Amino acid sequence: MKVKIGAFLGGGLFGIGLAIAGMTQPAKIIGFFDFFGSWDPSLAFVMVGAILVYTPIYRWAVRTWQHPIWAPAFSLPTRKDIDGRLILGSAIFGVGWGLGGYCPGPAFTSIGARSDEALTFGLAMLVGVGAYQLFMRIRESRTGGPADQQAAAMIDG
Amino acid sequence: MESFTPIASTIGGVLIGIAAAGLLMFHGRIAGISGIAGGIFRREAGDISWRVMFLVGLFAAGVVWSFFFPQDYVVGIERSTAALIIAGLTVGIGTQLGSGCTSGHGVCGIGRLSKRSTVATISFMITAAMTVFVVNEVLGGSI
Repeated sequence: MKVKIGAFLGGGLFGIGLAIAGMTQPAKIIGFFDFFGSWDPSLAFVMVGAILVYTPIYRWAVRTWQHPIWAPAFSLPTRKDIDGRLILGSAIFGVGWGLGGYCPGPAFTSIGARSDEALTFGLAMLVGVGAYQLFMRIRESRTGGPADQQAAAMIDG
Repeated sequence: MESFTPIASTIGGVLIGIAAAGLLMFHGRIAGISGIAGGIFRREAGDISWRVMFLVGLFAAGVVWSFFFPQDYVVGIERSTAALIIAGLTVGIGTQLGSGCTSGHGVCGIGRLSKRSTVATISFMITAAMTVFVVNEVLGGSI
């Protein structure tokens, strides 16, 4: 129960952070990538702010703690190799991000804010996520095991 | 640069960092939204409820925050329904194929000094910028 409440509060704080940061305004995201128009560097401040908080806590916790407070072990990505699907998948994601102005977190929280655009985008996004995961599950069941390392290993994020 | 918000964006980023660090410290998990959502569809026993609750928290934040600050959710760009659907599909498929999004790769991954996430972030930043260039400079800003 406490894990569920904790995850809920974590998602809630994350969502408020996204809104204050301006991530839930597609025009600001587009503005960050619009180097030939009126460039809005705000997104860089969001990412630097988040990384500067996250990095020291991550290093401290993962290096010195036996385990997380409510879990028996840290569940961290293990892969180190840079492969084609990492680059291709991320490239495809970038096209959608630049086209719609929403990435996954802002889309979910903007649906809560009753944005019609976020709802349309978010439903299509869930179809994409679900279709990919279903495809991978079918492939696994046909080959009798994980289709590749990625399906078996914890994904990056 | 008329809409540049360095202070608010830094504060928002810090809150995102605290939330992501909290998920790591308490639950030992990476706060990547696309990874959290994708895991729901993999249907592993005992691994569903925290994911759903995190996304419900995100949704609830939008419900409550937009009541007081509706201006934080203004779209501000012209996008047709078809463009939004194509954008959603490519974000959904791309983040699963590429194992992460802005939060998982861009914040947590770079924060972990992961080479994979750094490469992924560079990749999606480049194609996002290329897409915005085409939409704004070639298509006139609406699609």
